[in-house]
Amino acid sequence: MTMTTAGVIFVLTLVAALVAVYKPFGDYMFRAVSGTKQSRVERGIFRLVGVNPAAEQTWGVYARSVLAFSAVSILFLYLFQRVQNHLWLSLGFDPVVPHGAWNTAVSFVTNTNWQSYSGESTMGHLVQMAGLAVQNFVSAAVGIAVAVALVRGFARSRTGQLGNFWVDLTRITLRILLPIAVLGAIALMIGGAVQNLSAGTDVSTLTGGTQTITGGPVASQEVIKELGTNGGGFYNVNSAHPFENPTTWTNWLEIFLIFLIPFSLPRVFGRMVGQNRQGYAIAAVMGILAFLSVAITNIFELAGHGTVPQAVGAAMEGKEVRFDVSNSATFAAATTLTSTGAVNSFHDSFTSLGGMMTMVNMMLGEVAPGGTGSGLYGLLILAVITVFVAGLMVGRTPEYLGKKIGSREIKFASLYFLITPILVLVGTATAFATGNNSTALNVGPHGLSEVLYAFTSASNNNGSAFGGITVNTTWWDTALGLCMLLGRFLPLIFVLALAGSLARQAPTPASEGTLPTHRPLFIGMVVGVTVVLVALTFLPALALGPLAEGL
Amino acid sequence: MRLPTWIAQHLAALRAVLVFTVLLGLVYPLALVAVGQLPGLNHKTDGSLISSGGTTVGSALIGQSFTDADGNPVARYFQSRPSAAGDGYDPTATSASNLGPESVVDTIATDPEESSESLLTQVCGRSKSVGELNGVDGRRPYCTDDGVGAVLAVFRADGLTGPVTRVVSVNQAAPATPFVTEYQGVAVEPAQPGEDYVAAGGVVTPVRGDAPADPAVPADAVTASASGLDPQISPAYAELQVNRVARERGADPAAVRKLVTEHTSGRALGFLGAPGVNVLKLNLALDKQFAAR
Repeated sequence: MTMTTAGVIFVLTLVAALVAVYKPFGDYMFRAVSGTKQSRVERGIFRLVGVNPAAEQTWGVYARSVLAFSAVSILFLYLFQRVQNHLWLSLGFDPVVPHGAWNTAVSFVTNTNWQSYSGESTMGHLVQMAGLAVQNFVSAAVGIAVAVALVRGFARSRTGQLGNFWVDLTRITLRILLPIAVLGAIALMIGGAVQNLSAGTDVSTLTGGTQTITGGPVASQEVIKELGTNGGGFYNVNSAHPFENPTTWTNWLEIFLIFLIPFSLPRVFGRMVGQNRQGYAIAAVMGILAFLSVAITNIFELAGHGTVPQAVGAAMEGKEVRFDVSNSATFAAATTLTSTGAVNSFHDSFTSLGGMMTMVNMMLGEVAPGGTGSGLYGLLILAVITVFVAGLMVGRTPEYLGKKIGSREIKFASLYFLITPILVLVGTATAFATGNNSTALNVGPHGLSEVLYAFTSASNNNGSAFGGITVNTTWWDTALGLCMLLGRFLPLIFVLALAGSLARQAPTPASEGTLPTHRPLFIGMVVGVTVVLVALTFLPALALGPLAEGL
Repeated sequence: MRLPTWIAQHLAALRAVLVFTVLLGLVYPLALVAVGQLPGLNHKTDGSLISSGGTTVGSALIGQSFTDADGNPVARYFQSRPSAAGDGYDPTATSASNLGPESVVDTIATDPEESSESLLTQVCGRSKSVGELNGVDGRRPYCTDDGVGAVLAVFRADGLTGPVTRVVSVNQAAPATPFVTEYQGVAVEPAQPGEDYVAAGGVVTPVRGDAPADPAVPADAVTASASGLDPQISPAYAELQVNRVARERGADPAAVRKLVTEHTSGRALGFLGAPGVNVLKLNLALDKQFAAR
């Protein structure tokens, strides 16, 4: 079997598995987020936290709860890193420097997991498992909670209530994330992922050298890193490390976990608005964009254009033998189509156009299928923009799911969309204007790509990198930290504001002029709007970087 | 006394962070550490360590260098891929090279400390030395015969257009002989240390040359892996090394080849990943079966 054939089967089995779990797992998540019966553990948590699970919140209170939880999390994580040398399992590492600790705290709380540090030489085991990995769970849960609140805005009428953030956070964490994480971690351990508290084992190699075999609670962190579309690796080289991703089948499993929740959430959406076909339509948009991107990334990488890939005979620089070119390309597409940012190969050494695809995936706004929750709310925003554009064309008041898209709603949707392009383009320009682009490893167009990639990744809360660039300086840590913070929480506030405004409306009955939002026409339009918006926004920047290099 | 709402909210947030830290940050990972200690699983969760003659020699999942103290390959062992992790295969400093597909111009400074090789030159140099070690042709496209990137800086009268005025082979420092004597009628000069020909306006022009498109030295032998710890090499790179290892050990190549086959894992389920040979396990088996001469 050739690599191409094997790579195609690899992708098709992933598609088949995701299609198979869409209904059962989506229904399971629906019950988890809409049930009202609390388990004993959940009741205990609500008592400890001091919240009344029956009390619902308006969009403003919901948003303030999200922000309060995130602010406290950032502060906690910052202090945790700053005092790690006094704590258990610190492995003798110094406290993380202030700008690094700020960047990392923001990075993990915003579900970005951009890493300006190298895990094995910076973070003790306790900070990794009780600091960083905790945020892997709860930042993913925050994303899902906000998506669910937006869907409640569509599903409910004449109310200000959008649910209770603390209840959503707890139930999503305990009922969805934790059980899968336990099962997945055990699977990864069977594959060979390490799970211990060892500070490392010194061995003497066959030719008389020495080597330190590192340890750590890796499997438990690895699984939630993929499932929660976080992406922050225990080790510097992330999922390329044999202790994080030991075999070819753990590689398949990790890609499956990355896609699992984002691709199944449209089912929750369909169930909650009472029309499963609306969920299928959203899933179809995600699926079309994702499949095209995976295919194109594979084609570019397997073709291996460019001077070095031609000299080598394949785009093998920065790739592992066990994953080869195709499975590396598929992972790269998966991690950038979602907000994951884990890597099993190094995007910086990809072919120019293959590397460009990883950037384009993020520039799509990470909606195909996007991060846990953030993918669904991002795509619903694009759907709102699409019905608005369609409404303009035929001259009718646009509606989506029985809710009018008036000036207030479209303002929130537009503001949501504008934030990341502003952060990416202004950030990149500022880096060049201030000379901070000089920390890039590569020169010429590829150096620009490294800077553009960094801001795209941070602002979209992805976390992967063209890793050659040095970003552990004060300027970079601060600038990218701000991009992550604004790129996460401003859109999230606009989403909740939109949800509040939708929930207050009375439903509008469908009429002759209502655009059906479950038909292929609408699916095609959303795909088109998404691609056109991205092309208009980012093509000039891409032309200076990867396109200049690759064409 | 009732606290203001915003304070109450942040206190609730703090309590939530603490509760989740205990549950997800301590109970969950430590329970999994306990599960990992179950018999049958503990070997893997401890890092798949391998012992030989009573001492631990490495991990089945982590590659290592088979080089002597000076960094030269030890010929009786199968060699691993190039590594960008520390000084090579250092698990405390994992890394990829992160050099891009058009990294083709070396920095040749007057101070050797400040010089750096482009990815293309690294590939060419590795191909040449692997070829020499195994007695095959190490030539590759875009590489010179002395093992650096075959790249010219072409200066034209009007910048990007007009007649060629000057041509420099940027990766071959004087007194090297340039890989081509002339380009469009202009004699090619070797590079002078400290000169930046790209900044001076030279157009970077890689030259394909006449090396075969399918070189004798396989792709994984000339590229650094993603982790810097890749435990495997491709079956093609193993095959390339069979005769050399057999000769060094006075063994029958067929017997060595058989060992290679035994340590080759195919695609799992027929379609997952790619076939690979675990180098450490293979070399241990070699030591067991054929003592070094």
